[in-house]
Amino acid sequence: MTLLRTITATLMLGCLIALGAGNALALDAASPQQAPDELRALAADSYAAKARAIKDLVASQAPRTRVWLQALLDGKLQRLEDDGRFVIVTDNRGRDWTVIDAVDDAPLGEVSRRRIDRITINNALRNQLRSAMAILDLDADDPAERLASADRLIGEVDADLAEPLAARLDAESDGDVRAKLAQALALYRLQSGDAAQIDAAIDTLSGSLNPTVRAALAQVARGDGEAAEAARQALAGIEQALRLNHAAETLYFGLSLGSVLVLAAIGLAITFGVMGVINMAHGELIMLGAYTTWMLQQLLPGQPGLALILAIPAGFLVSALVGVIIERSVIRFLKGRPLETLLATFGVSLILQQLVRTVISPLNRTVVTPEWMSGSLVVNEALSLTLNRLYVLGFALVVFAALMLVMRRTRLGLEVRAVTQNRTMARAMGIHATRVDILTFALGSGVAGLAGVALSQLTNVGPNLGQNYIIDSFMVVVFGGVGNLWGTLVAGMSLGVINQVIEPWAGAVLAKVIVLVFIILFIQKRPRGLFPQKGRAAEG
Amino acid sequence: MNWFLKPATERSTQCFVGVLIVALAVVCVLNLALPAANPLHVSTYTVALLGKYLCYALLAVAVDLVWGYLGILSLGHGAFFALGGYAMGMYLMRQIGDRGVYGDPVLPDFMVFLNWDHLPWYWQGFDMAGFAFLMVLLAPGLLALVFGFLAFRSRVTGVYLSIITQALTFALMLAFFRNEMGFGGNNGLTDFKELLGFPISADGTRLGLFLASGVALGLGYWLCRAIVASKLGRVCVASRDAEARVRFIGYRVERVQLFVFVVSAMLAGVAGALYVPQVGIINPSQFSPLFSIEIVVWVALGGRATLYGAVIGAILVNYAKTVFTGVMPDAWLFALGGLFVVCTVLLPRGLAGLMQWRRNASRHDERTTEATA
Amino acid sequence: MSILQSLADRERVFDFLIPDASPVDVRHGPILYLEDVSVSFDGFKAIDDLNLTIDDGELRCIIGPNGAGKTTMMDIITGKTRPDRGQVWFGSRHNLLTMNEPEIATLGIGRKFQKPTVFEALGVFENLELAMSADKRVLPTLTARLSGAARDRIDEVLSLIGLDAQRRRPAGILSHGQKQWLEIGMLLMQRPRLLLVDEPVAGMTEQEMERTGELLTSLAGKQSVVVVEHDMGFVRSIARKVTVLHQGSVLAEGSMDQVSSDPRVVEVYLGEEA
Repeated sequence: MTLLRTITATLMLGCLIALGAGNALALDAASPQQAPDELRALAADSYAAKARAIKDLVASQAPRTRVWLQALLDGKLQRLEDDGRFVIVTDNRGRDWTVIDAVDDAPLGEVSRRRIDRITINNALRNQLRSAMAILDLDADDPAERLASADRLIGEVDADLAEPLAARLDAESDGDVRAKLAQALALYRLQSGDAAQIDAAIDTLSGSLNPTVRAALAQVARGDGEAAEAARQALAGIEQALRLNHAAETLYFGLSLGSVLVLAAIGLAITFGVMGVINMAHGELIMLGAYTTWMLQQLLPGQPGLALILAIPAGFLVSALVGVIIERSVIRFLKGRPLETLLATFGVSLILQQLVRTVISPLNRTVVTPEWMSGSLVVNEALSLTLNRLYVLGFALVVFAALMLVMRRTRLGLEVRAVTQNRTMARAMGIHATRVDILTFALGSGVAGLAGVALSQLTNVGPNLGQNYIIDSFMVVVFGGVGNLWGTLVAGMSLGVINQVIEPWAGAVLAKVIVLVFIILFIQKRPRGLFPQKGRAAEG
Repeated sequence: MNWFLKPATERSTQCFVGVLIVALAVVCVLNLALPAANPLHVSTYTVALLGKYLCYALLAVAVDLVWGYLGILSLGHGAFFALGGYAMGMYLMRQIGDRGVYGDPVLPDFMVFLNWDHLPWYWQGFDMAGFAFLMVLLAPGLLALVFGFLAFRSRVTGVYLSIITQALTFALMLAFFRNEMGFGGNNGLTDFKELLGFPISADGTRLGLFLASGVALGLGYWLCRAIVASKLGRVCVASRDAEARVRFIGYRVERVQLFVFVVSAMLAGVAGALYVPQVGIINPSQFSPLFSIEIVVWVALGGRATLYGAVIGAILVNYAKTVFTGVMPDAWLFALGGLFVVCTVLLPRGLAGLMQWRRNASRHDERTTEATA
Repeated sequence: MSILQSLADRERVFDFLIPDASPVDVRHGPILYLEDVSVSFDGFKAIDDLNLTIDDGELRCIIGPNGAGKTTMMDIITGKTRPDRGQVWFGSRHNLLTMNEPEIATLGIGRKFQKPTVFEALGVFENLELAMSADKRVLPTLTARLSGAARDRIDEVLSLIGLDAQRRRPAGILSHGQKQWLEIGMLLMQRPRLLLVDEPVAGMTEQEMERTGELLTSLAGKQSVVVVEHDMGFVRSIARKVTVLHQGSVLAEGSMDQVSSDPRVVEVYLGEEA
């Protein structure tokens, strides 16, 4: 070992000579400061000595303790071979590493990595470091930070930590942090062997959703006696709470999937349901909305959030425009021939797909999720809701509400309904039926574009994006009852939830098959969907 | 006169059968009698390709029967075609015996690969040609019967029916993609060795399959003509145009629809069964909604409600596809998409309609000249 | 023999007009009996506690303003629409609410639609052939052959409705009035016990109307006929008994004179015309 070191050192020396003194000059810029003893102790040879050093460091309450511990944990606290100065590596790419002084953060420029001695740690030390830092973090001012560090302590408390933690618990003012700390302590006391303490611990731990807590309780529950019985009861309660949380999660995923379905289908509910036009290219209009998002992100590099927000009107306009072109060039010649419309628009969908493949790429494009949309909303330890899905869910509801407003409260909505019910009569009353057709189709297509913008945050953007949603969208519209926007909402949401409920035991593909078969059977039973239109209007 | 013999008196059927027989004979002669070096020689590869077109033509006739005469636009006929194909494929898989990669005397390779230790119940019997060929008819027929019974009973027609037939074939595609279904998953069934004891890739077998496809097309066409020419055919047309009226004069429209739908599905199954040994593979992509809707455009191009138009359309489009995908594959989807639009907007009655229109126009000219004379 | 002459000959009984032996039990008088029938669409009561009795062999005209529920009533009788409640009986044996359209049609109720619906792609002759009473199940229809007697029957109706010359023409190219007649002809081919005729003279010339009136009155007696019509002159010319529908229920019933002097009727309907 020593031999090896000598060889390495000799080699390094050689290198140093070869490299010249250029690098060394930078080091002379600041005069070496005497490193504190605590810091030097960390560079001890044995892990046991390092462990003691960490403990001493924490006890010393030196001002930079937190920084050193973190650097040590990350493997960035290192020592220069030349002068024994402690440094923190800030950039370890390449041959020369950028370092700063560990004591006063003074920048020391670049140093050849061969001249830096790493202070190595092992897993036991890593754990020790984490809990040590957790204790330190408990002194943070921000309650959220304190809560996070308390959370890290769960399962990490040992005999040494227990005492200061108990004292810290009494001093804590925030309720959530207190509860967490109490759990961390209780988990330790669970193993203490003292019956009274175990009882109290189980009492504290019951209701916790932390998996470590559950494992510990399960271990106690396997034994005999009162404590085991109490643990079993606590576990049963936890299982119950977990089931509830799991159900809530399934519901959330279901509603999320449902919101996607609603977004994809709601435009169709307008063109198909209100105008009676079967637009098989609807999926491609969704795809265009997604590609608009991607395009805007390419145009505004580094500002994915802004691009995404701009994509909402842009996606709407692009898809609406393409929709109008389809209406004017194809659909208007096929009025009253729904099956032919279906075939023609299918042709259009093929052309649009191939166009994207040729002009952009046949490969999927990644749309960046802006920072404020990534991450998740943590409800409790067993349930966290991903933010992007939450945003899409909200977006779907907003789009739906806006559409309802347009159809119910605006002149356009009134004219659309008039033209739908009696075209000739509406024209006789001075409504420009052709203009209404164009506007309605533009609206439906534009909403497809909005769906595309939202979908770009959840899935890959590719030429087949639309194809994947077209059948589902039609199913949603038909299931909900053609011509009924509320029906589309209810149908989309319930199909989403049904799918998520089946998925765990059937698998994703089979779940989809089951849902499709279910809808096919449902339509046989109620051909007009969940919320049928009745009477004369339905006969047409 | 017996209803089935009626097409014999129709000029269009006489023409069709005549042309078909001549075409089959010519291909046979050009394949067998001419040496390979002769420019007019039809290679075995071409024979298989033509055989494939004939299967597609039969499939198109089946679709035209329900779409053209019954007014039911099925966007799921590919499913019946594929089911017939799978029934045939299962028979061919069982014929491989122990010549597979893993050499298992009973289990097909993919089952050995999935560590299955016995044949699933629905694979039983497919080692017998008779049973397998019966299933070629029964599997699609049964699906059509159940689906049609439910759909027509509740009067699901028009675009609704189109959409749910599409959902049906989509659901089947997803299901067949799963390995657990026991139909080879993604890869489907392939590596066939022999059919009825004949090596599957031998020239003679290829020609035989081509002829069988031709005969099947002829018989299928004949059967459809016979149905169309019967009183039932007129009921079909009547219910296509005024379904409620047909009910009010006492016909059970849903049963008429069901009968014709099932017949059509079985024809599609036969087409699929003949297709599989000629292309050597059947996989779930045959269930894809795109394929099913492509069939419809063959019929639309040829001209619906003519039957012969469906045959012309199927052969033309597929020939174009072969050419396009060979020369410029990227352009094929543009061409196909454009074809959909052109057929529906500019050629609502297809090529057959175009021919009829010209014939009528010339007849009209004659009449006006007579009148003026 | 011209059509008018043949129609004028009231004593003549066309063989196709002789009803098939039908199981319909009319010993107790009425052939059609509606009791307390109600149906609503999205909260709108199209038919509200409707009571109606048609006697065997009767010719009844039903009038009423738009939206009075005339067409809905026909839909209920022929099985197209199911009422929310109430009873509909054909004779005293057949509960129509348990049957579907083809069963009701086979039982002997024929219907002519408000908008003439004939099979436009088929020839005039074929239209009548399809309507002709026969075994209408699938396989018998597939193998059906046209017998000489059936051909004669079709010929007879063809000349009766004056479409002999158009027998090979597609029904789609007929004039509006001719379509109306073709549809009446199809009704006759069915040999129904009860004919429901919705606006038979809409779009007809005076002369055509007259012929239609004569045909309908000639049918009454052997068959029961219910005519829904807007044209007051036509109703007055054929009606023996008139029922006025208003807002889904019977407002008045009686002879044309009685009805037209009823102040309520005058108010809701005839008032506008008077």
